Parts: sequence; C-alpha cells; structure tokens
Amino acid sequence: MIVMPEIVIDGRRIEVDEGTTILNAAKELGVHIPTLCYHESQEPYAACRLCTVEIERNGRSKMVTACNYPLTEEIEVKTNSEKVRRTRKMIVELLLASCPNVKIIRDLAKEMGIEEPRFKKEDNDCILCGLCVRTCSDIVGVEAISFVGRGVDSEVDTPFRVASDACICCGCCAYICPTGAIEIEEKDGVREIKKLHASQPLERCKVCGNYFAPKVQIDWMAKQLNQPRENFMVCPTCKP
Amino acid sequence: MTKRKLKSPSDLEKLRQEILSKRDPKKSCITLCSGTGCRAYGSEKVVAAFQEEIRKQNLADEVDIRVTGCHGFCEKGPLAVIYPEEICYTEVNTEDVSDIVSQTMREGQIIDRLLYKDPNTGEKIIRESEIPFYKHQTRRIFGNNLKIDPKNIEDYIALDGYSALVRALFELTPEQVIDEVKKANLRGLGGGGFPTGIKWETTRNAPGEPKYVIVNCDEGDPGAYMDRSLMEGNPHSVIEGLIIGAYAIGSHEGFIYVREEYPLAVENTTIALDQARKYGFLGRNILGSGFDFDISIYRGAGAFVSGESSALTSVLEGKVGKPKPKYVHTAVSGLWEKPTNLNNVETWANVPPIINKGADWFASIGTEGSKGTKIFSLVGKVNNTGLVEVPMGMTLREVIYGIGGGIIKGKKFKAVQTGGPSGGCIPESLLDLPVDFDELTKVGSMMGSGGMIVMDEDTCMVDVARYFLSFLREESCGKCVPCREGIKRMLEILTDITEGRGKEGDIELLEEVSEVLRDASLCALGTTAPNPILTTIKYFRDEYEAHIKYKKCPAGVCKELIEYLIDLEQCTGCHRCVVNCPEEAITGEKKKGETYKIDQSKCIKCGVCLDVCKFDAVEVR
Repeated sequence: MIVMPEIVIDGRRIEVDEGTTILNAAKELGVHIPTLCYHESQEPYAACRLCTVEIERNGRSKMVTACNYPLTEEIEVKTNSEKVRRTRKMIVELLLASCPNVKIIRDLAKEMGIEEPRFKKEDNDCILCGLCVRTCSDIVGVEAISFVGRGVDSEVDTPFRVASDACICCGCCAYICPTGAIEIEEKDGVREIKKLHASQPLERCKVCGNYFAPKVQIDWMAKQLNQPRENFMVCPTCKP
Repeated sequence: MTKRKLKSPSDLEKLRQEILSKRDPKKSCITLCSGTGCRAYGSEKVVAAFQEEIRKQNLADEVDIRVTGCHGFCEKGPLAVIYPEEICYTEVNTEDVSDIVSQTMREGQIIDRLLYKDPNTGEKIIRESEIPFYKHQTRRIFGNNLKIDPKNIEDYIALDGYSALVRALFELTPEQVIDEVKKANLRGLGGGGFPTGIKWETTRNAPGEPKYVIVNCDEGDPGAYMDRSLMEGNPHSVIEGLIIGAYAIGSHEGFIYVREEYPLAVENTTIALDQARKYGFLGRNILGSGFDFDISIYRGAGAFVSGESSALTSVLEGKVGKPKPKYVHTAVSGLWEKPTNLNNVETWANVPPIINKGADWFASIGTEGSKGTKIFSLVGKVNNTGLVEVPMGMTLREVIYGIGGGIIKGKKFKAVQTGGPSGGCIPESLLDLPVDFDELTKVGSMMGSGGMIVMDEDTCMVDVARYFLSFLREESCGKCVPCREGIKRMLEILTDITEGRGKEGDIELLEEVSEVLRDASLCALGTTAPNPILTTIKYFRDEYEAHIKYKKCPAGVCKELIEYLIDLEQCTGCHRCVVNCPEEAITGEKKKGETYKIDQSKCIKCGVCLDVCKFDAVEVR
C-alpha cells in the first residue's frame, strides 16, 4: 500500500511504502547512515546502534535505530544532528577500545576524529554483531555456531567449543564478518576455520581439477536439494 | 475439599457458605509464617513442632494451624500469630512451641518474652496490627497473605475469592472490565508504570489470534521479593486477576513466568493452578459462562534481563532471553508475534479488588498520577526490614522512619536507593518526597519493581554506584554496544576511582557515556543503567571528588583509600585485636594500650580489629 505521510529526512521530503525503514528510505535519498550489524540479506538486528538517528514526532524528539524503525506516520528524521554525531562517536570510541586493531573500526574512528580511545584498550577482533551466527542459522540453515558464554563475556563459537557436526565449512560466516574476526585457511586440499574448530577436506572440480568446496558442503547441498552429488562437482569458474 | 467442579456462580456461592459454616471465627487458630524468608529462619521446623505439640496436648480439635506465606515483617521472623486474639509472637523457635501451646493456646496467657518490643519506646506490643511496622501500612493486596494457606484454595474462596471473576464474567462485558481498569488508573507495578487498562485495550484491539496473557514473575532486583511473596502466599489472587484480564482481552491461553530460583512460588503456583482447574475456575466453560481459558506455568532460568517483555517472550518461545529490537509493542506483536499482554504479579493481583470494589474505591488513595498502593521491599540499614505496602504518595520519611523504625543503631541516614539496580540514590534532602511513579523519576530514580535499600552514614556512594554497575555488567545480555561496552567501561572507571586511580575528567567521562546509554541502548536495562551513577554524582559529588582529588574515602569503605589505626588513648591493651587479626599485623604489649600499633604493610583492611574492639580504640582514616 502506498501512503503519503509527510516524511522528511535531513530536510528532504520522501514518499515511501508504509513500513519502509529509515535506513532504506535514507538510502533512496542517497543519505549515508553508517552500520555494522546490518546486512540487507537479513532481518535488522539493531545491536551495534551505530545507525542511531534522531526523530521528531508529535513535537517530541527521540533517538531510534534507522535499520529497524518503520516509517508509518508523519515524522522528521535527522541523521546528522549534533546529538546523533555525539552518540555515534561514543559508540565507535567504545568499539575502538575493545578492538583497536580492526580496520573497519579504525576507519570509522578516523572519520569521526577519534585518535585514541579514553578507555583501556583491549585486543578483540569480534564486535558480537551476530552476522555470522544469523547467517549460519537464517541463510545457510545449519546453526553450527551461536553465542556462547553470558552477556558481556559472550563469544561466537560452536557448542562446547569443539568441532561441530552441523558445520559444513561453507565459510559464509567469514564472508559476512565485518571485522575479519573469522579467517579461512586453505592448504593441501583442506579448508580450516580455526576460530570455529572446523577442518574439512575439499573436493576437486571435475573440469579444472582445482580444489573448490568442502566435501561435506557438497554432500549437504545434494541432500538438501535431493539431487545426485555429481551435479555439484563443477566449480563456479568452470560452470557454463 | 470438594470434588465437584463448580458449574455456575451459585455453585460457588454455595461452596463459600459451606466453607464458612464449617469455620468458627472464635476457634483458636495459630497462623505460622512460612514464606521463603521465615523458612530460612527455620519456620518449617517450628511448624512441625507445633503440629507435634498440639497432638501431644490433645488440642487437635480445638486449635487450627494455618501455614501461610510471607507476613512481611521478615526482620522478626519466624512469626506466629494466634487468632482470634491476634497475639503476635516474633522470632519464634522450636523451644518456644510447648510454652505457646500450653500457656497461650490452653490458658490464654500472653508470653511476654516473645512479644515485639518497640526499640524506640521499649513498649511491648501484643496485637500484630498494632506493631508500628504494620500500623502505618495499607495492606490492600498483601494483607490476605496472613489469612491464607496458599496450598488451600478454600481459604481464598472463604475471603470472597473468585467473586470478582463472577462479576466480570456474568455482569460485565469485556469492554466494561477494561473501562473499569482504565478508570481506576491502575499502572504497571513492575516498574514501567504504563496504564494497564490502555495496554489491555491495545491487546484486545490488535489484529491477530490467538492472544496471550502473561504474568511476569521474573523479579530479579537484588533485595526485592514482593512478587515472590505474593506468588508464594496468595497465588489465587494473581490467577483470578489473570483470568479476568484474559476475559477482557479475549485471550484463551495464559502463562505464569516464574523464575526457577523461587521454588516455593513454583510449588504453590502449580498447586493453585491444579486446584483452580479442579474447581472449574480454569478450563472450558468457566463457571458455565462459556468462557474458556487455561494457564501454564513456565519456569525461567533466572536472568535479570529476562524480565524485559520482549526477552521474556523470547524465553517462552524457547530462545535465549535477549531483548528484541522493535518499535512495535508486545501488546501488538509479542509471543510468537501475536498480541500479548504482559503484566507483573502485583499488577494482576490488583485486578480482583478493582472489579469487586470498583475503580473509585481503588483510586480513593494515591496521588494524582499514581493510584492505589505499592508494595516495597524495605531493606538495608533500617531497623524493621520487610515487605511494606503503602498508599502511593507516602513520603520516603514516613516509610523509612514510620514503618521502618529509622536507621539501625541510631546512625545517620545517608541515602535510599529505589527502583532496583538501575534506580537512583536519593539523599536526605529529599526524604519528604512523596513516593509515586512520577516523583521518583523527577529526582533521577524510579519506582522500578519496588526495591528500597536504605543506606547509612557508613556507606560510600561511589562504592554503591560501583556495586550496582558490577551487578548490571553481570546481567547485561551483551547484545547492544552501548550497554555491553558502556557498562563495562563505566565499571572500570568506578573501580579505578574506588581503588585510588581516579583522575581528573573521570566524572565528566562517566556522564558522557551515561548520556549515550540513555539515548541509544536497545532495552531499558541499558537506558536506566546510568541512574546509580548519575544520581550519586548529582547528590554526592563531593564523595567522588574526595576519592579522585584527595584519594580519600570519606565513609571509610574503599579499602585502597583507608587506614586502620589504634587510638592509643582509648586502647586498654586487651589484646583482642591482636588475637583476631588474620595477618598478624597488630603488635602490642598486653595491658599497655599505648604500645599497640598496626603494621600498614601487613594490614589487609579486613576490619576485624574494628569489629572486635570493645573500647572504640580502632579508627578508620
């Protein structure tokens, strides 16, 4: 349904379908809102809070996250007010103290004029955005990893921190990770994701003979799609 | 107990008359408090001793024993109250039992040593309701705990139980029930303070079936136990409220979410649900009204954040208790994305009296914005700790001094912390503040679920803030960055300040982080987490400055900043400190007070010397 409530983002009017998020509406206008835990393939998770914007509705101002705030009524959005900048800067400063060596965080910090965090530095590489966990369960559908531990001390790992039978070593977790906290190594026909205790032999492409995908992943795909394994033995490069 | 299922309001009335006709109000009845608090004092043994003694003295036909839930005066438990005279005995143990039975129950004599003695006047008080702790309360909701064996539905029925349900089902439309609750202006007593009637209406009008109703008994604030005590002591009042709410909202399935750490609440609620089902208050065609509704109990695995509505519904769905990001209310999209009405225990328990006695009766006490009563758990450095129910708008002073009997050992009051770990600390200058939702928020604290922790002059306010932040660090779900990283860093800074590493700018940095937590956290745990810091900075800034600038803890609490010294003029050389010091840090020659000293390099500041000294000869500087 097309509705036309008065929606103004940074002084510019826009018409959107009811329920469009502020983030998507802003994108249409070419207004950049930074995000870390958001990915268009997934439901908004609203955990990093970096996309916080200020809205004014019925004369009252409020801070909301752009990634999941649905536009349904007359509203004014400010994506770059002083309050918004202050909030984002503190969020990045907090993340920088936790992950001072992660490129995407360092870049954000630099952009916002933060040289050194005022908090004690740690040396983490994961920001617990959950993209890997959500991809593994919602996109791939194997649920091999999750958050382990409690609250502030949570980490991403497999159950009991041992190799998971559910893991097909597909590497989607590493692909989607914004901080590079999950690394994949391939050597001598074996793919390894050390952080998640995964190690699987790779299959060779029927055409070029190069290693291209874990054997378990091919087994899994054949089973999921109920097709002969044979159908999955060609690598993407050689695929017609 | 009846075996028949009640099929109509007249069946219920008949049963009520039957129960009442069997009860002789003149018959002696001993009421024994057996809530979790009194059980910790050994009340189960006291109950067994009474049963044995009454059997031994052949009084079984003349005396009833009623084992009840919490009476509230936990400071003096286990409590035994003998009716009809209402003689109240405090701190009763098994050795007192035979005296009570032979002297009081048999001879009608009062045992002086077991009576409550007012510490301020020295007066001994006989009747429970005359004890100042009870006298200044208005126990609308909690009062029935004294009269009910929670394991026996007939005790509840005898007190007009389930008559509000009859009125709702047979005399009122669902809309009229909602209107009554709206008119009463009942607000969410779990802390949110959201108008209950409006929430019910939203759920009723929200598209989507089925609709769910939930009792939130995930009380997790340190030192707060009012919901537990209601759930343990009078589960049917909550169940009746829930059924009425379900009827008003149009729900046929309800849940009672109780934390597993409340085993007695789980036990009594389970029994109460079974009994309610057997009597026909739950299930199909309740009392012949045509309304179907049933309730399941869910035992939560106890995480503070699970009390948040979206986290609680996640748990019921079988997921980890983490709040969901959303701008749609649970009332519209909650459990399994269906309209869900969630209220806390105390809110539900207020529903039956509102339906029975009307909105005007309910709203006859309270303040303009907050009506009715609120149960607080009054704890800390106050003489009478326990659960107190007072009208909204009573001042903090009346609660702490009138009911609580003032500060222990006549020390000076310093602050009262209301609203649980993310509430604020209120100073002496605001003691005349009327307690209601809006007034507490105005001074930077909140009602919360009703925790009230009293602190005296020996409390360090920076250390208090540090303590609450350490609790919140443990209980943050870790999902959103401001809460997870912000709380961690604020705790780090506070720890530095209390350990002598505070530096210029720390206060401002705490304020800066606080602002972002308030504005940008995902749920209320994060947005309210700065309250203990901001209120202590606002009202006790000098203490922060003493720690940071002068490396001193004025209250003498922060170990890194204090020294224990012997006052040579007071010391008599009794040697107790030397004997008790675990580090052999104190030396001195017996009977020569002037020779005693503490070796600061060995002292671990455990405070044992201060505790054992009978001559005030140990000082903290």
